[in-house]
Amino acid sequence: MSLSSLPYQRLTYLENFGHSLRAASYLYKPTTPEQIAEIFQFAKKNGLSVTLRGAGRSYNDAALNGGGIVMDIQDMNRILEWNPSTGVIKAEPGVTLQKLWQHVLPDGWWPPVVSGTMYTTLGGCLGMNIHGKNNYKMGTIGEHVIELTALLPTGAEVTCSPSHNADLFYALISGMGMLGVFTSITMQMKKVYSGLLEVHAFPAHNLHEHLNAIAETAPTHDYTVGWLDSTATGSGLGRGQLHTAKYLHEGEDPNPKQTLQVSYQTLPSNLFWVFPKSIIHYFMAPFMNNPGVWLINTAKYIASLRESRYRQAHAAFHFLLDYVPNWEKAYGRGGLIQYQSFLPKETAEDAWRELLTLSHKRGLPSYLGVTKRHRPDKFLLSHAVDGFSLALDFKVTASNRARLRDMLQEFDRIVLEAGGRFYFAKNSETTPETALRFLGKETVERFKALKRRTDPHNLLESDLFRRVFGSL
Amino acid sequence: MPDPRLPAATPLRPRRTAIVVGASSGIGAALTRKLAAEGYTVAAVARRADLLETLCAEINAAHGEARALPFPHDVTDYDSVPATLQKILRTFGHLDLFVYNAGIQHHVRLDEFDFEKDRAMLETNLLGAVAWLNPVGAMFHALKAGHIVGISSVAGDRGRIGAPAYNASKAALTTYLESLRNRLTRRGVTVTTIKPGFVDTDILRAAPKKNFFWLITSEQAAEGIWKAIRARKQTAYVPPQWGLLMLIIRHIPSFIFRRLSF
Repeated sequence: MSLSSLPYQRLTYLENFGHSLRAASYLYKPTTPEQIAEIFQFAKKNGLSVTLRGAGRSYNDAALNGGGIVMDIQDMNRILEWNPSTGVIKAEPGVTLQKLWQHVLPDGWWPPVVSGTMYTTLGGCLGMNIHGKNNYKMGTIGEHVIELTALLPTGAEVTCSPSHNADLFYALISGMGMLGVFTSITMQMKKVYSGLLEVHAFPAHNLHEHLNAIAETAPTHDYTVGWLDSTATGSGLGRGQLHTAKYLHEGEDPNPKQTLQVSYQTLPSNLFWVFPKSIIHYFMAPFMNNPGVWLINTAKYIASLRESRYRQAHAAFHFLLDYVPNWEKAYGRGGLIQYQSFLPKETAEDAWRELLTLSHKRGLPSYLGVTKRHRPDKFLLSHAVDGFSLALDFKVTASNRARLRDMLQEFDRIVLEAGGRFYFAKNSETTPETALRFLGKETVERFKALKRRTDPHNLLESDLFRRVFGSL
Repeated sequence: MPDPRLPAATPLRPRRTAIVVGASSGIGAALTRKLAAEGYTVAAVARRADLLETLCAEINAAHGEARALPFPHDVTDYDSVPATLQKILRTFGHLDLFVYNAGIQHHVRLDEFDFEKDRAMLETNLLGAVAWLNPVGAMFHALKAGHIVGISSVAGDRGRIGAPAYNASKAALTTYLESLRNRLTRRGVTVTTIKPGFVDTDILRAAPKKNFFWLITSEQAAEGIWKAIRARKQTAYVPPQWGLLMLIIRHIPSFIFRRLSF
């Protein structure tokens, strides 16, 4: 290999969303399928691996490839076709959920499934097969894809749908970008008659009440999400606040023309009209420690004791994570990690009681807890169960790393014994053994067989893939 | 596929990484041990694979985990440098510290003028360094981060009677590192030049005369180098008293220096 064959000038440090990992990669930003094919050729010739990256919002190493190529698809961001009468849209993979909802909402449509941030790309959303606060009702985002085209590392272009090339369809979606590159995605949007949702906020006083409330409201509401006070102990363990929401029926919004406008949905850029939101994370930082977070969580819980009903814009309800820009930076130098577990409804309560109690016993409380209701789906690398999920954010510091690692290993054991699963866009410490156990040998073998077919030279590899599937 | 020798880096198992070129013995081996003890994962690069294997096995056994990985490579095989560097980058995922320590000294008599001996010294001490520092410099330049350490020598501060090529190789390395520093500081990269005095290594053991003073062990040298690395120094004499001595020696006028026999 000669010096000139490696594009050193493209080397860039890329991070995960939590700023807790970094990797040096050769960064490419293709805009056409032809350029993607050229990058694959170059990678093959030089013995480099390729990882796909969208907005880089994964909490772990899903979009990192230390010492390899990262193909950032954000510049492939055209909306190719939009039919406002049927709600069917065709777009390139770099289109963000922000661009998507802003394109379709004025015509009375909303993406059927969105993440907690609108900055994710469609390609990334499908690679991880994201879910939203409506997972129990609407499934994952992949269930709303009518058709997709993908470029495989072999150079072949494939068209997939639930009925055509179905095996690839159900594996490309959820396949972590390890089987091919989406080049176009055709999706069905959800008809809405207002830019507002009917929201109901009410408290849950303990874990039992919390999970019961989610289980009861999820089938009857369009959206259900719980905030869990992860600092509460004793009889208040698992307490929190539920938010449920329903779409407005036709005629319920007196002025849908106004509420469906993008400008009506946009989050305010200043807090109290004065402070630009971009600086709020600096003011959050001093509170990001055990006592500070206890104070914030407790205050939030007390405030949530008053039940309330109100109408709220879609964007404000869904994209809580975008409310404070760069909030993740408030976690400081070590960044943050998220531990999300998916548990069957029968075992969730006991297992999470154990998790939360253990975190308090070890003096490593989570700083934010979020709960949701889920149902299984047909995708190959599925994280879903007929049950619940609990996402716990943890601050990482130089002094707590080793203890946190030990604790998360215990968490994994508890979750696996309770029949739980994990999500490849979130957890950063999942081991090959854990993945094998919750996915099952047959699923791993099927995934590997498909990978051999679409990527015989193993060009697509991410740090996540090597960590979890490298030795399987 | 992942390197089976190394667990994956995660937010809870982060990794500081270093390359030590010329790691098989002497200062390089001691520095590899020191960096591993300070928590680095070290790519140990040297020609002698068996020595590297032994060193890495010893370090990894002491820490109970992989902290040093052997990468056999001959620094005068210039064409293979980019591939070796890429292999290490792939294994580590990123690179924090690069140390060029490879160095040889062939002792020449005062009446000896041997091109082969001189060439060997210039190739290992200087051209090998340049072969590594180009791709490493290009990487750190692009990444806007990194730390380069070159093990030069007090011998590079003057051209002495007994070691023309060795002195020249170290003087050139010092100057090369200075240029690199001026290029890369503005990109957020630190370049440290280390100038050890007498260190009890194979080089000294082979010397015909044994009139050494301020003699230190390789471990003491590694300790001094680590201090300079941690302080992100630009130039450091090891041990530090050499700084004062060399200040004087550098200012000895030529008409006197010509008559000296050291």
